[in-house]
Amino acid sequence: MEHLELFFKAIFIDNMVFATFLGMCSYLAVSKKVSTAVGLGAAVIFVMAITVPLNWLLDQYILQEGALKWLGEEYADIDLSFLSFIMFIATIATMVQLVEIIVEKFAPGLYNSLGIFLPLIAVNCAILGGSLFMQSREIESFGLAFNYGVSSGIGWFLAILAIAAIREKIRYSNVPAPLRGLGITFIITGLMAIGFMSFGGMLTGGDKKEVKKETTQIEKIKETKEKTAQLEVTKNANNLANNEKEIKE
Amino acid sequence: MGLLSKKDAKLITDPLADNNPITIQVLGICSALAITAELKASIVMALAVLFVLAMGNVVISLLRNIIPPKIRIIVQLIVVAALVIIVDLVLKAYAYELSKTLSVFVGLIITNCIIMGRFEAFALANGPWRSFLDGIGNALGYGIILVIVGFFRELLGSGTLLGFKVLGDSIEKTGVYAYGYENNGFMLLAPMALITLGIIIWVQRSRNEALIEDN
Repeated sequence: MEHLELFFKAIFIDNMVFATFLGMCSYLAVSKKVSTAVGLGAAVIFVMAITVPLNWLLDQYILQEGALKWLGEEYADIDLSFLSFIMFIATIATMVQLVEIIVEKFAPGLYNSLGIFLPLIAVNCAILGGSLFMQSREIESFGLAFNYGVSSGIGWFLAILAIAAIREKIRYSNVPAPLRGLGITFIITGLMAIGFMSFGGMLTGGDKKEVKKETTQIEKIKETKEKTAQLEVTKNANNLANNEKEIKE
Repeated sequence: MGLLSKKDAKLITDPLADNNPITIQVLGICSALAITAELKASIVMALAVLFVLAMGNVVISLLRNIIPPKIRIIVQLIVVAALVIIVDLVLKAYAYELSKTLSVFVGLIITNCIIMGRFEAFALANGPWRSFLDGIGNALGYGIILVIVGFFRELLGSGTLLGFKVLGDSIEKTGVYAYGYENNGFMLLAPMALITLGIIIWVQRSRNEALIEDN
């Protein structure tokens, strides 16, 4: 159940492109044709499925505060978390290079069709973002980290596939000249993001909102009470002042 | 400008408008959208990128004859990551609240494609001084867009600029709110960042017809 929830959450609610704007550069640059978009999307899923769990292990056993306990008691209070950026990006860069070599050796056809997109993945912020979100959201187990990597990859794949399909068709419509190309792509992405926002109520999101409403109402009531109390106090003070004036007169 | 030769000055002025990294070269968009709900956060982000890009360009330009071309991407990433760690630690020390709102996006400066793009396209082929100027110019071009988007989103979304109430008080109904104006909370959400940027591109390209794309 936990896995299923994380899966849908990563694909729809926290979609890499529409909710956090990660990997926008390659999303915009490589979405002119569906075939290339599919190639890049598949490569992103693959690399994320490898790097997120790998970085989870690194984070858990080397970087976190107290993670070095397995070396001995004297290492227990070392905190290396400031090194996480450099470790994560090194893992990603080496994995991308490794994947490139393996694909070139065993599947030259796939390698030729992916071509320049494989090295591009190293600087796709969705990949590093996946690892950083994995760290900041404190995902508990190795299995969940793998699940998170795969499902956010799928979310990104879905987004680039959708925009590529729309951009192939938009060629036949009459877009105002200054908006052509980049401008209209931004606006369509914005509209798609509005659509994806509605997925927010899919899981526990609906319950959370109700709780929020209640608290805000309570807060409002408190505020109004305080305000009225303050008003009364000032009124009393005014009355007192007036009384004093009258007495003096 | 007396300080810079004409050619050097062009390195700074070119990326501000006609060769802007965000709206023309389509680089570094992720962070431009994600942290622009407040003007303050966008200014800090622009300054962080300015530091990383200018310093990184100088370092890579100094190392350009030593780096073996095969592993240059890893070397570039390590240089950027080291600079970003400095920025992250400084932010955590002197502006802790702000570093929380920026959250993972400071770390994502590492994969900001403007930086890799400038390293590849400029620093690997030019001397340190010119690379430094190029870094400053491109970071300013990036910063301008960030500040414009942040300005409109904060003004229309929460009626404030840098935290000051510009349009009056929304609870006591003063200023513009007295005439029935309401804050547009939608401006603070993710989709409006994209649409604002789309409109900026629209305005820019209708002013300069040479930039219009075919499709």
